[in-house]
Amino acid sequence: MLYREAGQFKTNYASDQAIFPILQDRMGIAAILLVAFVVVPYFGNDFLLQAIMIPFVIFSLATIGLNLLTGYTGLLSLGTGAFMGVGAYACYKLETLFPNVNIIVWIVAAGFASAAVGVLFGLPSLRIKGFYLAIATLAAQFFLQWCFVRIPWLFNYNTSGAIEVGTHTLFGIPITGPNASSTTRYLIALSIVVVMTWFASNLVHGRIGRMWMAVRDMDIAAELMGIRLLPTKLLAFAVSSFYCGVAGAMLVFLWYGGAEADVFSINQSFFILFMVIVGGLGSLLGSYLGAAFIFILPIFLRYVPPHLGMPILPATVEHIAFMITGGLIIFFLIVEPNGLARLWQIAKQKLRVWPFPY
Amino acid sequence: MQPAKRIGDVLLHADNISLSFGGVRALTAISLEIREHEILAIIGPNGAGKTSMLNVINGFYHPQAGRITFKGRTRKAMRPHAAAAGGIARTFQNVALFKSMTTLDNIMAGRALKMHKSFFWQLFRYGPAMREEVEHRKVVEEIIDFLEIEHIRRIPVGKLPYGLQKRVELGRALAMEPDLLLLDEPMAGMNLEEKEDMSRYVLSMNNYYGTTIALIEHDMGVVMDLSDRVVVLDYGRKIADGTPDQVKKNQAVIDAYLGVAH
Amino acid sequence: MLLYKIFIDPFVQMGAAPDLLVQTLWEGLVAGVLYALIALGFVLIFKASGVFNFAQGIMVVFGALTLVGIYEILVRWGISQENVAAFVALGLTIGVMFLLAFGVERIVLKPLVNQPDIILFMATFGLTYFLIGFGEYVFGGSSKIMIADQLYLPKGFIDLKILGGVVSLQKIDIAAAVIASVMVTGLALFFSKTRIGRALRAVADSHKAALSVGISLDQIWVIVWFASGLVALVTGIMWGARSEVSFALEVIALRALPVLILGGFTSIPGAIVGGLIIGVGEKLGDFYWGGLLGRGIESWLAYFIALVFLLFRPQGLFGEKIIERV
Repeated sequence: MLYREAGQFKTNYASDQAIFPILQDRMGIAAILLVAFVVVPYFGNDFLLQAIMIPFVIFSLATIGLNLLTGYTGLLSLGTGAFMGVGAYACYKLETLFPNVNIIVWIVAAGFASAAVGVLFGLPSLRIKGFYLAIATLAAQFFLQWCFVRIPWLFNYNTSGAIEVGTHTLFGIPITGPNASSTTRYLIALSIVVVMTWFASNLVHGRIGRMWMAVRDMDIAAELMGIRLLPTKLLAFAVSSFYCGVAGAMLVFLWYGGAEADVFSINQSFFILFMVIVGGLGSLLGSYLGAAFIFILPIFLRYVPPHLGMPILPATVEHIAFMITGGLIIFFLIVEPNGLARLWQIAKQKLRVWPFPY
Repeated sequence: MQPAKRIGDVLLHADNISLSFGGVRALTAISLEIREHEILAIIGPNGAGKTSMLNVINGFYHPQAGRITFKGRTRKAMRPHAAAAGGIARTFQNVALFKSMTTLDNIMAGRALKMHKSFFWQLFRYGPAMREEVEHRKVVEEIIDFLEIEHIRRIPVGKLPYGLQKRVELGRALAMEPDLLLLDEPMAGMNLEEKEDMSRYVLSMNNYYGTTIALIEHDMGVVMDLSDRVVVLDYGRKIADGTPDQVKKNQAVIDAYLGVAH
Repeated sequence: MLLYKIFIDPFVQMGAAPDLLVQTLWEGLVAGVLYALIALGFVLIFKASGVFNFAQGIMVVFGALTLVGIYEILVRWGISQENVAAFVALGLTIGVMFLLAFGVERIVLKPLVNQPDIILFMATFGLTYFLIGFGEYVFGGSSKIMIADQLYLPKGFIDLKILGGVVSLQKIDIAAAVIASVMVTGLALFFSKTRIGRALRAVADSHKAALSVGISLDQIWVIVWFASGLVALVTGIMWGARSEVSFALEVIALRALPVLILGGFTSIPGAIVGGLIIGVGEKLGDFYWGGLLGRGIESWLAYFIALVFLLFRPQGLFGEKIIERV
């Protein structure tokens, strides 16, 4: 009754091809943006921002990155953690070498470093497919992680082997480092993520998205359309790694404030992959849903049971989170391989005909 | 009978093509010609090598011997995307559509070669990229109109019945505006009505767009009615080549189909 | 100067102290045997169900932990005879591995039977994390000591005085090699000679075709996952006997992947040969060339070797060539 398209006519192809053709969807997006940019920072406390919102948007970005590669193009990658790391360390080095340039510039530029590395490790995709390619990405993961530990230049010869973030400002307001407030950092992260999501959305709805999906669905037929496989796959690696690199840089500069190599381990790669699977392969909305779900789960487990009178040890939280996550992956792959995004779509379908059942 | 049409020069010439997989000889010294604007049927018993022949023309298989001359250029082996760029499109026996994408997206994918707006503009969508999308959408809509598939535009093709899938695949091939269209059993699994529809589309394409068509087909009625010339294969060899009437009377062809001992 | 370091010096070193070379080679072979065993578990499952079981490594750890855990419980309940407790625990653990195989088949494999392989692969990720969480929950995260003595596994060293020095061979390693050979031979015979082995090969080729000739997919899969579980258990016992039993995920399963690429995913001899090559290659590489690049290159060296192999011979040394037909 509320969510109806009746009366919304499209009179030209351009409006028919709009990403949100239904007015109610456009209103919904506007509302979400309003909440994200205004309501959350105004009403949210430090804990909400620091422990939940900032990492949520950052992981969503990384999930979008992996989704572009694995969900849209069908190239399974287990190297996400390492690509995030490349972005983080690249940003760190850029900041060290050119400390007077605005840090946001370097966060975005770090993506290019990540993209270059991604393309390099994507080259084998010319000859190998499927999970053999996944193994190539594992090679990237282990090699790059080794680099993060063994190449002291990357962490400025720091004896602890870790990188630390100093204070950087934008228009005089500190945005990184110990003096930056969580609100500032949240708004910066959110802005970057929103803009990059918009770019990703444009890409996947246009000819490049079609190319990627064609390669995913049947690469032999895609070649037949004149789509050249290697450039298409390399582009997917490049864009995906760019997104993961920026996410990695933000992870260190806008959230943790520092990092060690084992932040970007294979567990991180799996973490993001699970977000993609649960959220929905090949869906941008799903990336957000999956990131929220997988990220919030351990937090939920840590804080809710004690409130309900069931004390729970911190170590147990991790164990149970692993079990639930693992179980959920299996569950989603069996029941709804298109993840939460598909469930949301089904819900919207039902809403369109509500109050009728079908 | 069809009105007389202008059949042009040789568009594609296959010269002595031989193809084997491991120890299996799929094609032996096959030579054939396809002339511009004609409809050529390739027929023969199962396993004769018909699909392999199309695959060679397309660039999927690289023959051990022989060459293909297409639009005046001779080459031994071609990659499929080069064949596509050169103006060859095709459909498959087991429909090779992008199952998770809608009909519209599938046919739009056929325009991939013609869409050039760079990555930079794609990032912004509104502006040059959108204008290009709309321009190609118009062409695709004409094809959708022609094939009468408006009602399934936004349905993921994996959910469509087989007959409609074949039509969408034809549309996708058409979207490439090919010079040569290779159809691998386009009528397979269809009932009489669907076959009549398909035949109508094939003829219209040939008449209206002038597309040269080579098709593999088992239904003799269709072959006789549609094609200008017929090539017959058996056990990887060409055993006849001529007009439908000539081929119908050819003893070797009759033997092949009735299964006379070789 | 650098060229000398890469291409000449290591060989000079090898020649100068041949006893060290033999020791390193032996260490490599030992590591190789363990890799081969893990790879074997993968190959079994892949051969019969086309699934790449990423959880194989965690099954190794899980098997070992269950064994030690049950043993400790039995001892606490008052079974004083250590050896008896050990073997009872072993029997019970085998039962647990069967239940695990059965559970995995029912809950994970059966519902996903028609999905593309990559989906099944991802499902084994879920299984891996589930087992890690479950294992840590039940057994605690600290490492344990394998009950090697109680299982009558040999201890101690044999010192060979050869080549001007001493080469030490651990008896447990020799035992591992023997046990591994017995298992491999047994499995190879099982696959080629028995009716069930034939059924397994049929299932590996095509699920649908096997179903249509009346082979029970469920039964076969349970058998295969159980066999794999047993291999995992033996691997876990051997591995635990040499060091300790803990949840180092990266170390175990992921090391086996390059082995499989080298040897081919469907070949039992391939798993063995591949394992030995990678084991020796890693040890030699790290010992003689590691100084150049820094320690720890074994984390990725095997992967790079495997990657190069993939580019030139994707089916591995022993695997079947894949022909794609349109």
